[in-house]
Amino acid sequence: MNPLDLLKMSLGSFSGHTLRVRLTVLATSIGIASVLLLTSLGQSGRDYVLQKFAGLGSNLLIVVPGKLETSGGPPVAPGRTHELSLDDARHLRRNIPGVVDMAPISIGTMPARVGNKERALVILGSNDRLLHVRQLELVAGQNLPSLDLEQASPVCLIGSTVHKELFGNRNPLGQTLRLGEYRFRIVGLIAEKGQSLAMDMNDFVLIPVANLMRILNRKGLFRVLLSIRSFDEMRTAEEDVRKMLISRHDKEDFTLITQQAVMSSLGDILNNLSWAISGIAAISLLAAGMLITNVMLITVVERRAEIGLCKAIGAGNSQILSLFLAEAALLSTAGGVIGVGLGLLGARIIQWLVPALPVSTPVWAIELALAVSFGVGILFGVLPALRASRLPPVEALSRRA
Amino acid sequence: MIRLEGIRREYRTGALAVHALRGVDLHIPPGSFSVLMGPSGSGKSTLLHILGCLDRPTSGTYTLDGKEVTALPDTELVLLRRFSIGFVFQSFHLVPRMSATANVELPMIFAGVPASERERRAIEALESVGLADRVLHRPDELSGGERQRVAIARSLVMKPAVLLADEPTGNLDTASGEEVLQLLLELHRQGNTILLVTHDERLARIGDTLIRLRDGEIETLEST
Repeated sequence: MNPLDLLKMSLGSFSGHTLRVRLTVLATSIGIASVLLLTSLGQSGRDYVLQKFAGLGSNLLIVVPGKLETSGGPPVAPGRTHELSLDDARHLRRNIPGVVDMAPISIGTMPARVGNKERALVILGSNDRLLHVRQLELVAGQNLPSLDLEQASPVCLIGSTVHKELFGNRNPLGQTLRLGEYRFRIVGLIAEKGQSLAMDMNDFVLIPVANLMRILNRKGLFRVLLSIRSFDEMRTAEEDVRKMLISRHDKEDFTLITQQAVMSSLGDILNNLSWAISGIAAISLLAAGMLITNVMLITVVERRAEIGLCKAIGAGNSQILSLFLAEAALLSTAGGVIGVGLGLLGARIIQWLVPALPVSTPVWAIELALAVSFGVGILFGVLPALRASRLPPVEALSRRA
Repeated sequence: MIRLEGIRREYRTGALAVHALRGVDLHIPPGSFSVLMGPSGSGKSTLLHILGCLDRPTSGTYTLDGKEVTALPDTELVLLRRFSIGFVFQSFHLVPRMSATANVELPMIFAGVPASERERRAIEALESVGLADRVLHRPDELSGGERQRVAIARSLVMKPAVLLADEPTGNLDTASGEEVLQLLLELHRQGNTILLVTHDERLARIGDTLIRLRDGEIETLEST
């Protein structure tokens, strides 16, 4: 029996039983809609939380010189340690796939002077990518110029605390800041941001890394920050960085820090939670499935004579089986299609009611919902379909139709 | 064509064994028109079901088209019902939601005949039973006689070796019954093999053979 005939015959059998058919389709659609909606909520909630954490640097791979022997303690370097050089930083940026951004960090404390005001400040030496990598923003002015790592330039950006304490309400842009005996022109003002990575992100001066390393007469960097394209690529990127640095330094005299471990277990927990919620919703699908079984059983009883006739004129048991399975699958898939519509509508409504929570329905969830609805029909249609196919033809025909 | 030898059929209800057929020998040659008569409980229906491969005898052999049916598996019986046997029932057994054409197409759907050919053959069959102007009517829009003619068209559409008609006029008024009877006779003249089951004495001599069944045995068999 070809699939088109199967579909046509199954469709035809629904005529005249509209209320029963509609109720079954409705029940299935409610089940599918609730599964879809709760899956969307769960996934969106998970993505939302992860994204918030990502703001704290989940895609950030931090290279620290020295081997961290015990977690949490300061880096202790056994034996002679290679420093983390600008050359290392450049290599990592260029040769590790997945690294989309890099900011080297050198750090020092220096007296800073504007006019007659003087203050000891934290000076960061980095490049023009630091703002992006650390998700800092400019309030005014411009970023550091895009330079070679070894190239110096007497310009700086200042944080909001530095601005307030040294300039008050005056516009600092274009003013000169003296760091020791060096003069830097202030070109940009960094927007306020809270504590991050155990550092006050407002109280510092940012200058090109080449300037600071020359001033402090240092060869080694304090940190190298690597921005990885996506959370999923963190693990491979981490391994690549490790291999490359070991080959350059001949030993593992550095430490890699990520929030990967925390993030992935958090992701797992949220994922499981999301599945659990979807599972609860699936119970309503179970009820819908039983309704399908029930409706199909009634249909089989009502159509005994028809089944008997079909057998008498040459329908095999497997043909009868597939006819009734197709009917059940058609019922549930229709419910699935409507349910997907209801689910998407529900997501819209929740989005409208609670704008803070972004609800998006992943495409895979829609595909899964349709597949599940089809599967429910087949699963809960098996019993009635088997009963129909096993009906003895003589008995089925003996009733008057 | 059809040969039955020593066909017995017993039903067991609890401890009680009912002997519906007690050794039936019968030969139905191709192109014949046989009438099977007998009172209620004589085993007519059981014999018809066995001939139609809907039921299996307890013992004995049944040969149809040179095949020994009794030895075949169920899947082969399906093929015999599909291709070699045409059924006409007292209560028509049309599918009410389907048009006359769709009803006639039904056996061809199960046989896997392509849709375009199906429609052509169904309409031809309906024309051959005089229903060319009723092809799109549903059963509830047809008279009793017309319904039975749709059923006959359905039974003929696979060009079966034998047409088994179980009281085809039983539910019809005299005029409609006469119509259906004339159609069966015409089909016989065209060479179809027909077995008519009835308990209407007026139809006893309509065919060329009369078989009388009583208590599960053939009582008389006469050429008419």
